[in-house]
Amino acid sequence: MFNNFPLFPREASSVAGQVDALYFLLLAISGFFAVTISLTIVAFAVKYRRRHALEVGAKIHGSTALEILWSAVPLAIVMGIFVWSSVIFIRISRPPRDAMDIYVVGKQWMWKIQHPDGRREINELHVPVGQPVRLTLASEDVIHDFFVPAFRVKADVVPGRFTTLWFEATKPGRYHFFCAQYCGTEHSGMIGWVDAMTPEDFQAWLAGGAGESLASSGEKLFQELSCNSCHRPDSQGRGPVLDGIYGRPVALEGGGQVIADDSYIRESIVDPQARTVAGYQPIMPTYQGLVTEEGLLQLVAYIKSLGTTGQPTPTPGAPTATDTPHPTPK
Amino acid sequence: MDAIDATLPPPVNYLNAQHGIKSWLLTRDHKRIALLYLFGITFFFVLGGIFAALIRLELLTPAGDLMEAETYNKMFTLHGVIMIFFFLIPSIPATLGNFLVPIMIGAKDLAFPRINLLSWYIYMVGGLFTIAVIVLGGVDTGWTFYTPYSTAASNTHVVLTGLGVFITGFSSILTGLNFIVTIHRMRAPGMTWFRLPLFIWSHYATALIMVLGTPVIAITVLLVAAERVLHLGLFDPKLGGDPVLFQHLFWFYSHPAVYIMILPAMGVISELVAAFSRKAIFGYNFVAFASLAIALIGFLVWGHHMFVSSQSVYAGLVFSFLSFLVAIPSAVKVFNWTATMYKGSISFQAPIMYVFGFMGLFLVGGLTGLFLASVGLDVHVHDTYFVVAHFHYIMVGGAIMGFQGGLHYWWPKIFGRKYPEGWAKLAALVIFVGFNLTFFPQFLLGYLGMPRRYYAYPPEFQVLNIMSTAGASVLAIGYLIPAIYFAWSLKYGELAEANPWGAKGLEWTIPSPPPTYNFEETPVITEPPYNYTPEFVASVTAASRPEVELG
Ligand code: HEM
Ligand SMILES: [Cu+2]
Ligand SMILES: [Cu+2]
Repeated sequence: MFNNFPLFPREASSVAGQVDALYFLLLAISGFFAVTISLTIVAFAVKYRRRHALEVGAKIHGSTALEILWSAVPLAIVMGIFVWSSVIFIRISRPPRDAMDIYVVGKQWMWKIQHPDGRREINELHVPVGQPVRLTLASEDVIHDFFVPAFRVKADVVPGRFTTLWFEATKPGRYHFFCAQYCGTEHSGMIGWVDAMTPEDFQAWLAGGAGESLASSGEKLFQELSCNSCHRPDSQGRGPVLDGIYGRPVALEGGGQVIADDSYIRESIVDPQARTVAGYQPIMPTYQGLVTEEGLLQLVAYIKSLGTTGQPTPTPGAPTATDTPHPTPK
Repeated sequence: MDAIDATLPPPVNYLNAQHGIKSWLLTRDHKRIALLYLFGITFFFVLGGIFAALIRLELLTPAGDLMEAETYNKMFTLHGVIMIFFFLIPSIPATLGNFLVPIMIGAKDLAFPRINLLSWYIYMVGGLFTIAVIVLGGVDTGWTFYTPYSTAASNTHVVLTGLGVFITGFSSILTGLNFIVTIHRMRAPGMTWFRLPLFIWSHYATALIMVLGTPVIAITVLLVAAERVLHLGLFDPKLGGDPVLFQHLFWFYSHPAVYIMILPAMGVISELVAAFSRKAIFGYNFVAFASLAIALIGFLVWGHHMFVSSQSVYAGLVFSFLSFLVAIPSAVKVFNWTATMYKGSISFQAPIMYVFGFMGLFLVGGLTGLFLASVGLDVHVHDTYFVVAHFHYIMVGGAIMGFQGGLHYWWPKIFGRKYPEGWAKLAALVIFVGFNLTFFPQFLLGYLGMPRRYYAYPPEFQVLNIMSTAGASVLAIGYLIPAIYFAWSLKYGELAEANPWGAKGLEWTIPSPPPTYNFEETPVITEPPYNYTPEFVASVTAASRPEVELG
């Protein structure tokens, strides 16, 4: 027990050091104020202790100058902290363009992880160091939260939508990940390990158990669910052609457009009537309950894989998916 | 003792004016209703404390060994529900507030005495629902009732618990309304707004939050019940709802609710600092307006509980900014209390020990609030033991310390008896030490990454958990000591004078315990609050202790 008694978490991601620096700054500022104020109170208490029974305090009622001073100085300090912490937050929130995708599904009470080329794992997450990794998180049931203390990041995993979390591991090693959002009986059992490996080890590991890639699993689903009866590549179907739409703007019925990112594709499958593509009838049935979250992720991966082959109405200079990595909650 | 001793309480006071259980259950006297509430919250504090003890015992070892995971989850849920809704929210306002608000403004009672009694019954009915939940097998959603777990997954008594919270909410609303109307309409002649004791200002701000915020939580728990029972698609995505919507509604009340818990304690501290420094509060207007500022800005920061909930990045930044702003009025109060002591005449009687305790713990609680408001840092510590430590420093270290300080200060007034000073000081020390031992390690645990609401945990967290559990036993002793001497004092305590502390304030101008209608004739106020003068002190000291030598 006592030989394994850390007081500070390991720093193993590109943001960990930045978060810790802010933490130490806050500790210093708080320590300064806590100690100064406490000592002042003690000093006053001793210095101005009652010396005889009839003594009263001095007639002092306040000082506007002091009030302004001790509102303005803390305000300035906290605004500084606000700016710094916001910079860190924005960094934590925006995955770099070259982030590698991994898909995570949380369910009571386990984590299922799928790598794009098909390797799957449970309650283990293998990642290469030195490479930004973007997790797309989905939940089958209630809210969970994917939390890696050594990386100083977490994100809620919310049913009904995709959320994302990114990090870049900096040191090979095994690090805990936890479910941080209470999710029922075995919440505290919903934990696992991140295995951060050198890129070579990671490649070897990936090759060791690669199965069918996510996109080809998605393609199978696409056929099983008969999506292809309407969404045909030859634009003769009753639904829009999906080839090449990934990451491109889609014009909507009733005006407006939307970028076809993961979230939009997910929504189009489970709640197709929410936003209809311009020129089509709202005839697509909902697949809510017919596809698991893993299946949805596979379908997204499949549609994404069409992006490079199809010939959609090209929109020059259109933003790509990485410009809008944040699934916009509806 | 001599029957004609001037220090004896008047023969008839609110405690002995009427006898029998019926005279209590049907009373409309705000002071008796305060005691009814004191009874209620003490009961729930003990109950909530028992759950806390079981939680800490389970966490002594990394493995889950004392109870089942599901039982543990029920323990922390019941602990939270009871402590928040049935202890902390009513604690100071419904007891000290009920007792003192009319007296401090020179009124005979609250504006609506019957509604005041009704509020207690509503509170007790809500409490009965909660007890029914315990008897029937408990509830496991956490006090936060997050959806869709609460509406679709949990198979415990969520609806019954929600109803208890819903019902008890009305008692809060009624108390708030009563305070607002009373403070507006029933002030004695000459009691202008800026002659009000700061205790009144903080209760006014609290009452505003109670009235404006509580309906939102009431509706929110009803919606949870509606989705659970009728399967309306509100929050569960499988039914077309939005789970994050629930969090917005919940925290829209529950963040301001944390100020319902701390503002009254701040009011107590203002009174005590002034009384034991025999000095006017430094920057009265600033302290008064800080209460209002906290109440108002407090309604705009709820999203800081949702930084990682999939709320947008921009929302996160805005809520972070506003959370930093709300820290300023709290800081201003602390500075003013400290400055009040400057050139004061400070006496070290028992209540001020609790003030010192409050200051130390509230400082830590408030400053760690800045860590959490720092959105980039909160991503790491959110939903870990860091947050648990933070809010216990505020709510146990701040609110309960303040409550106990107030109890020690006004106890002689309320019951007409004194408690043993030495024991009271010792208890303050034991609580302070026990509290820090319990909760300081939790900051370290949180930063290390231990998530909250964990029944079992990896072994590297054990040492800090053992410290925390050890601290909790010290803390329990700290709470037990006052329970014993307070109970003892009711019968054996030395009789209290009208003004045992030599303090300013209308409550000290009337006998201890006060007569049923407080004032024989309506007082007329001619001076600002906390107007300590040597003549005043000489007069009260002479009146209460004729044997004290003057000069
Ligand atoms: C200096 C002012 C304060 C600031 C800036 C502040 C900030 C915060 C923040 C950002 C959180 C959310 C942390 C998270 O969930 O990740 C939080 C949680 C909390 N705070 Fe504060 N806080 C302050 C004062 C208070 C006060 C005065 C109280 C109570 C009287 C309080 C009680 C709580 C509670 C109960 C929670 C946790 C609720 C839960 O998740 O169960 N805080 N605080
Ligand atoms: Cu969980
Ligand atoms: Cu809050």
